[in-house]
Amino acid sequence: MSKDKLFIILQNTEDARPFTEAFEQENPNAVFKYDQPGMIRIENNGFLGITKEVVSELAGHEVELQELHLVLVSLSGHVDEDDDYFRLSWN
Amino acid sequence: MAKKLNMRKRYEVLTRGLGWEPTYQPKEKVFPQETYEGIKIVDWDKWEDPFRLTTDAYWKYQAEKDKKLYAVIDSFAQNNGHLNITDASYINALKIFIQGVSPLEYGAHRGYANLARQFSGEGAQLACQMQSIDELRHSQTQIHTLSHYNKHFTGLHDPFHMHDRVWYLSVPKSYFDDARASGPFEFITSISFAFEYILTNLLFVPFMSGAAHNGDMATVTFGFSAQSDESRHMTLGLEIIKFIVEQHEDNLEIVQGWIDKHFWRAYRVLGLVSAMQDYMLPDSPMSWKEAWDIYFVDNCGALFNDLGRYGLRMPKFHEQATVEAEHLSHQVYTVLYQFSNAAGFQTTVPTKEKMDWLSEKYPNTFDKYYRPRWEMYAQMEKEGKRYFNAGLPQICQVCQVPMCFTEISKGKPMDLSYRVSEFNSDKYHTCSDGCKEIFDHEPEKYTHAWIPPHQIFQGNCGGAEISDVLKYYNFNPEDGGEYHGSADEQMWKSAHGNNDNNSDAKESV
Repeated sequence: MSKDKLFIILQNTEDARPFTEAFEQENPNAVFKYDQPGMIRIENNGFLGITKEVVSELAGHEVELQELHLVLVSLSGHVDEDDDYFRLSWN
Repeated sequence: MAKKLNMRKRYEVLTRGLGWEPTYQPKEKVFPQETYEGIKIVDWDKWEDPFRLTTDAYWKYQAEKDKKLYAVIDSFAQNNGHLNITDASYINALKIFIQGVSPLEYGAHRGYANLARQFSGEGAQLACQMQSIDELRHSQTQIHTLSHYNKHFTGLHDPFHMHDRVWYLSVPKSYFDDARASGPFEFITSISFAFEYILTNLLFVPFMSGAAHNGDMATVTFGFSAQSDESRHMTLGLEIIKFIVEQHEDNLEIVQGWIDKHFWRAYRVLGLVSAMQDYMLPDSPMSWKEAWDIYFVDNCGALFNDLGRYGLRMPKFHEQATVEAEHLSHQVYTVLYQFSNAAGFQTTVPTKEKMDWLSEKYPNTFDKYYRPRWEMYAQMEKEGKRYFNAGLPQICQVCQVPMCFTEISKGKPMDLSYRVSEFNSDKYHTCSDGCKEIFDHEPEKYTHAWIPPHQIFQGNCGGAEISDVLKYYNFNPEDGGEYHGSADEQMWKSAHGNNDNNSDAKESV
């Protein structure tokens, strides 16, 4: 196990899809796990991040990144958030 | 026209500069709890909430979460969702949840409301207010969701009354009472960090996933709805620890002591969760041991690796908790099995499929130590001698779990573990080095513990007979005991058309 592994868990729903796909697109090394019912676990070493631009593009309309709260199940690491990005990292 | 502020600026405007220096009274009288624990705060403005939720955004998203949840609750009721779960025995896990956990949510609501009053920094006040409202929402939505089950199953009718009185519920209650009877910084370290950050994933994530696995869409939905708030609380918990430790070098040792204490306290509470997860879910998606490895070993390994630069280390006795992971659920569920005649839920010997699953998940321990015990209980039940323990158990003075744990970390998993401390020439018993150390650090506090068997013997719980005590708990006779033959099982069978009486009735027609 890597010492700086990070994760975020999202609900496995239609509302979460643009967020999940943005994590996929913007974090090419991230691992996606579907082994627990109802949720998607996204893991990466050291960093996970998404941008408003990509999420909105995937959703087909403008998305406020704080809408992530509606589909968020759990996460680890330090959160850095602003209007146009959401990032998790260990320092 | 004024330009819309960005997120950082909005948060700053909301949480900075709204306070004032009191002039009628000295500051330490206005915030009397802020200094006595020895924590030194130099600059409250360094407090940052990484999610930067402003009040309007908070209400908007919380309202949206509730709308989604209540739509599911309605459709669950309209579709008789309670009949679509895997088995009625599953409801026993929900009974422990609403009796043991929902009142903690309410306790957390009160605790954070107090912090919002006691902390002098405006950022901290706002964060604690929001969390206080979140926790109230959690207890309310849990009650609303499970009230549908209360129409059809036993043991769900009076959780708050039970929580304050019942022997196994004193385990979660005493932990929260311990935190709430501490100063504000110890409370927030305990609940926001030791409980929410380090351990809450172990409570909610596998349990909600287990609910999904067992067809309980209502519980999945309230669980996920609460868990999205928990993510915010966890993130805040981590910020708080960093904030306190960065404020003054004297804070580090105090905070580390609280992390050690409350990790162990919260871990002992989760013993109940381990039993629910491994034994009470008819279909378990993940074992306690697997969940422990992911959410504690991996996750907290990375967390403390990161916190090392502040001088913080892993909580004391964490190795012991990891070694115990292969035994915990088996030992705790055995106690629940033996004493369920005095409980608000029913237990039963695991099915053959369940035992095979346990053998697979616990290859080093289940067949060797625990399967023979269940086979003996199964045999006794077959002979009409279903085993209930007629005595009252000795209880750990700190965690209040009956003394069921063994010397696993000493390599003697069949030797009962207990420790003795003396205080004011009285003897006090604890279940482990972790609990003994907590007792010895603050014996004045733990000698006041409300220990259920002691209270029963002293005549404070309704009377001397089990039936008197059950009445005091507001348990109905059909709430506890053996699951096979219970009112819940009868209802389930008749609803699914394979009740014995039912088939007789059909034949006579």
